[in-house]
Order: sequence, then C-alpha cells, then structure tokens
Amino acid sequence: MELLVASGIGVLTAAGVYLLLRASTFPVMLGLTLISYAVNVFLFSMGRLAIGMPPLLREGGDLYADPLPQALVLTAIVISFAMTALVLALAVSLHAGSGSDHVDGPPPGGQP
Amino acid sequence: MSQAIGQLVAAPFVVPVLTAGVMLALGDRRHARACRALSLAGCVLLVLCAVLLLGWSSGGEPAVYAMGNWPAPFGIVFVLDRLSALMLATTAVLGLACAWYSLGGWDERGRHFHALLHLQFAGLNGAFLTGDLFNLFVCFELLLIASYGLMLHGGGQGRQRATLHYVVYNLVASSVFLIAAGVLYGATGTLNLADLAIEVAAAPEADRALLRGAGLLLAVVFAVKAAVLPLSFWLQAGYENASPPVACLFAVMTKLGVYALLRVFTVVFGEQAGVAAGLALPWLLPAGVCTLVFATLGAAAARSLGALAAQLVAASAGTLLIAVGTFTDAGIGAALFYLVHASIAGGLLFLVAGEIAADRGASGHRLEPGARVTAPWIAPVFLFAALASSGLPPLSGFLAKLAVLQGVLDARGATIAWIAILAGTLVFVVSLARAGSILFWRPGRRGGGDDRPVGDCIPVHGRRGPIGLLCACVVLLTIGAGPVARFTDEAARQALDVEAYVSAVIQPPEEETPPGLLLDGDRLRTRQRGPAVESHEVAL
Repeated sequence: MELLVASGIGVLTAAGVYLLLRASTFPVMLGLTLISYAVNVFLFSMGRLAIGMPPLLREGGDLYADPLPQALVLTAIVISFAMTALVLALAVSLHAGSGSDHVDGPPPGGQP
Repeated sequence: MSQAIGQLVAAPFVVPVLTAGVMLALGDRRHARACRALSLAGCVLLVLCAVLLLGWSSGGEPAVYAMGNWPAPFGIVFVLDRLSALMLATTAVLGLACAWYSLGGWDERGRHFHALLHLQFAGLNGAFLTGDLFNLFVCFELLLIASYGLMLHGGGQGRQRATLHYVVYNLVASSVFLIAAGVLYGATGTLNLADLAIEVAAAPEADRALLRGAGLLLAVVFAVKAAVLPLSFWLQAGYENASPPVACLFAVMTKLGVYALLRVFTVVFGEQAGVAAGLALPWLLPAGVCTLVFATLGAAAARSLGALAAQLVAASAGTLLIAVGTFTDAGIGAALFYLVHASIAGGLLFLVAGEIAADRGASGHRLEPGARVTAPWIAPVFLFAALASSGLPPLSGFLAKLAVLQGVLDARGATIAWIAILAGTLVFVVSLARAGSILFWRPGRRGGGDDRPVGDCIPVHGRRGPIGLLCACVVLLTIGAGPVARFTDEAARQALDVEAYVSAVIQPPEEETPPGLLLDGDRLRTRQRGPAVESHEVAL
C-alpha cells in the first residue's frame, strides 16, 4: 500500500508541476488542483496509513487512525477549493478582458 | 484584571474578524458610510489593543492564550511576547493609515474594500500571535485570500495580470508549506511550535534528514513571503500595480515572512535543536545580500515611483535577513528596529507615490517628464519620505541602518554585508534623487504617449491625514530611538530565549484539568510513532 500511495503522490505532483509550467491559465489551474490533491494525500499519509481503524484512542486498543491529519486535510481541501475558484474567476475575467489566456497576456501586436 | 488582559491577547485576531463580518453583512453599497465609520473605528481599536499589549508584553514573561482553554500541545495557543507585540503595533499603525487614506475615494473603486482590509488584519495579527504551525498556515491563507482581493482592488488588466501571477505563486508556496508541516507532524507527532522545539531537540539521528528537509522547505515558504531572491519576482509587479493604500499595507506583508523565519528558526530550529540545530544560519546572510543587491539594481532601473518603492521594500527585506541571519541579540535587536522603521517609511513612500500619481493625472507616478505636481506640500513630504526610506540622517532610517551595521559587525561575512548595505544605500539615494528631480523639476512636456492599460482607473487623491500620521511616526521613532532600541533589544533577547518560550507555552499537567484528557494526550504522544508501523502490517 505504501508503494501505491507514494507513487500516486509522486505522479500527481509530477503531472501538476508539468501543467503548472504551461503558458496558458487553464492548464496552470489544473496543475494547481493536481498539486493540492497530491498534498492532501501526502498529509493523510503523514498520520501513517491505517485501514479499518477507528480514529479514537480506546482503553486496551493500540491501533487507531490518527485523526489530526484528517482535520488538517479538511482545512486544506476547503482552502484549496476556494483558491481554485478564485484563480478560475480571475482567469475567466482576464480572458474576457484581453481575449487571450496566456499567463502573461496577449503578445504585443500578434494574434493570441 | 490579569484575566481580562489575558483575553485581550486574542483581540487583535477576533476584533477584525468581527468587524469584517459585520461589514460584509451590512454591504458596502447600501451602508457605505457605516462601513467606513466601522472600518476606521476597528482600526483605532486595533491600535489601542496593540498599545496595551505592547505595554503589557514589556513586563517580561510571554503571555499565552489557549483557545477553548485546551492546554498547549493539544489546543491552539496564541503567544504574546515583545516580538509579536511589536509586529502587532506596526501592523496596526500601517493599517490605520491604509484605511484612513482610502477614505479619499480609493475604497469606492471596488467592492468590499474595508471588509477585505480587516480580514487581512486578522490574518496578519493571527500569524504574529499564533504558536502553532498549522494555525500559522491558516492565518497565512487568510491574509493571502484577503490580499488577492485587495491587490485586485480598483480593477484593470495590469492589476489582474499581476494578481494572477501572485496568486499562482502563493498557492504553490502554500502547497510547500503543507508538505513541510506534514513532514514535521509525521516525524514528531506535533505541530505546536513549543512542543516541536522539545521534540526536534530530542529527535533521533535517523530523523535528521526529514527534519532538516522539512525545516528548509519552511524556509523556502517564508522566503516567498519575504520576497527573498530568487523567490521575489512577484513583488515588483504586484506592489507597483496595487492601489496606494493597499501597497502601503503590503509594506508590512513582506515583514511577515521575516518574522516567521525568525520565529520558527529560533524556536524550532535554533541552536538547541539537536540534529536540526542552526538550520537557517548558513543561508540567511547570503540570501539577504543577494536580495539587497538585486533590489538595488532594480531601484536603479525603476521606471515609476511605485516600482522604486517596491524595490525599497525588497531591499529592506534583504537588509532584515542579513541582520536576522546573525541570530545574535545585537543583530536581531537592530533588525527589529529597522523592521519597524522600514515598514512605516515604505508605507509612507507608497502613499506619497499615490498622491503624486493623483496630482499628475495621466502621467501617473511614471518617472518621465510630464504634468507638473501642483500641490506645494507634496515635494517636502516626498523629500521627507525619501530621506527616511533611504536611510539618510537625521531620521530614524539612518539610526536603524547604523544599528544593523553594528549588529552584523561580528558575524561571518560582515564585510560583504557592510558593502552591500552601504552601496545599496548610495544607489537608493541616487535613485530617489533622480526620481525627485524628474517629478518635481522637469515638468512641461508630456511623456511619449499614454501606455496605461485600458480600463485601469485614474488614480484619486486620498486623505492627507495618514501621510501626516506616518511622518509623525517616523519623527517619533527618531526622537524616541533610545527607548525603542532598548525595547527591540529586549525583544530580540526574548525571541532567542527558547526555554522561556517553551516553558510559558507547555504547562506541566495540573490537577484541575479534566482527568482523561491529559492521560489520553500523553498516550497519544508516546504512541505516535508506535501503532503506525504495526498498522501497515495489518493493512497488508
């Protein structure tokens, strides 16, 4: 399971970074989304991977799923969701204003 | 009384959140006057709070406010010491100036200006107060969300473009922050700064790479906020395009990065931190020198007064890093004095640039011969702001830079730091003199065509009061340099005294706490590393 989760995070991050380095706003936004997914899964796994364990400490029970990273991930999801919405709105507004979705605006004098 | 003032520690965070909430509920179209009054009242209240806390923090011990009265490693705490009180006071003064200045008309150039402003205060103040790494992340995000809105304020293609870059850049930085926080949690099982200090100091050799890696990732995040080279390219376009009151407030935002570096790399990764000791020590001085040199070159090439002011902000961040990078009483004390001065002088210069832009009309604050500056009071105020921000005598900038030079005297690489700071000051003096002579002495001919982007709004005048307020603050800093420097030296000593910080935050278990809570907590901590390994086996 570790291998699966770790390589999943790696692939998500790599794809995210690749998209982030593109020159139009839409791939950049997708890249940000992928990176935030990767980070969320990473945060989860920082509480150690556990399957079918209660997120509680009980008398006599040694095994539990760490609840704190789950709380952190919840916060991170909300924030990254809001941020994606903001970037999207900004990108749409820029596109509407300049007719180009290049991150640096339309090239001077040329067709976008 | 002590109970009441204990609650007051949370006020700089709670008050602006409430103010912003009320303003959002009222709506800034239907109740514009009420929002303005509320905003100004909120800012004044913040200043009063900051003054009270400043006085209280000079008592000695760090004051701790535990949210919901949960004891330290389990709940989130706010910690008030001299350093955070100083940052709160600086932010409150600049915030008041920003809100006041915007009443001249800038706040009507978009929606919800005052509400965003107060959310920004909440984020900044929370970040200065919090004693928890994840809460620091949340406060960062809060202030960033507000700052995106503020940077967009006024509209126009230029602002949107600059904001897009700024947003994307900061989102990536936030992801890095989360990764660093995650690694630290995975390795130590805690996110409370004081508890992290204990855990990192006691960490086994096997965790060396993890902890150092996470620490340096955090340094990268804070360096983005502080606009340290090579992570500073968002700064110029953003600050230059932001409306003047917003840019004035943003002068303190880069200082937040420096504050976070100072806090985390003394408390968690300081000298006492075992395998991760002195993590930032080799990096800060070279990074500071590079930032300073780059900002100096940028200032020499600046084509508008806003860009010049933005480079001054970047240069002040570089100078601060040089001084903080010594991690000595003298260096950090000087850095804090310089920090207060540079924030206020930087904000002042942005406001003056805004007034000049409004006065010249189409030429804006571009450094090219254009319309004459008509208002007679602007020139002397510009001279004052230029003297203050470049660090010439007799104002506090000179004293602050002198203190920084003295503070880094014994550090490694002091020669390079001296050369960078002194040469930087010279270039800034020349750049500001050039800017002044173009703006005030070469009027007449209109510049070659107005290339201001379509849709960018024409700048308006702000209130003059806040410019006077900031000037008065600089004069006060100059006259009261002795007491202020003593306070900042004390603050530096307190910031470096990690033991006092930790023992103030982590209370030994008391009898009154509900039974079971601490028991479970202790088990949680001792078993953090235990069940994990076993659970894999179960899972597989």
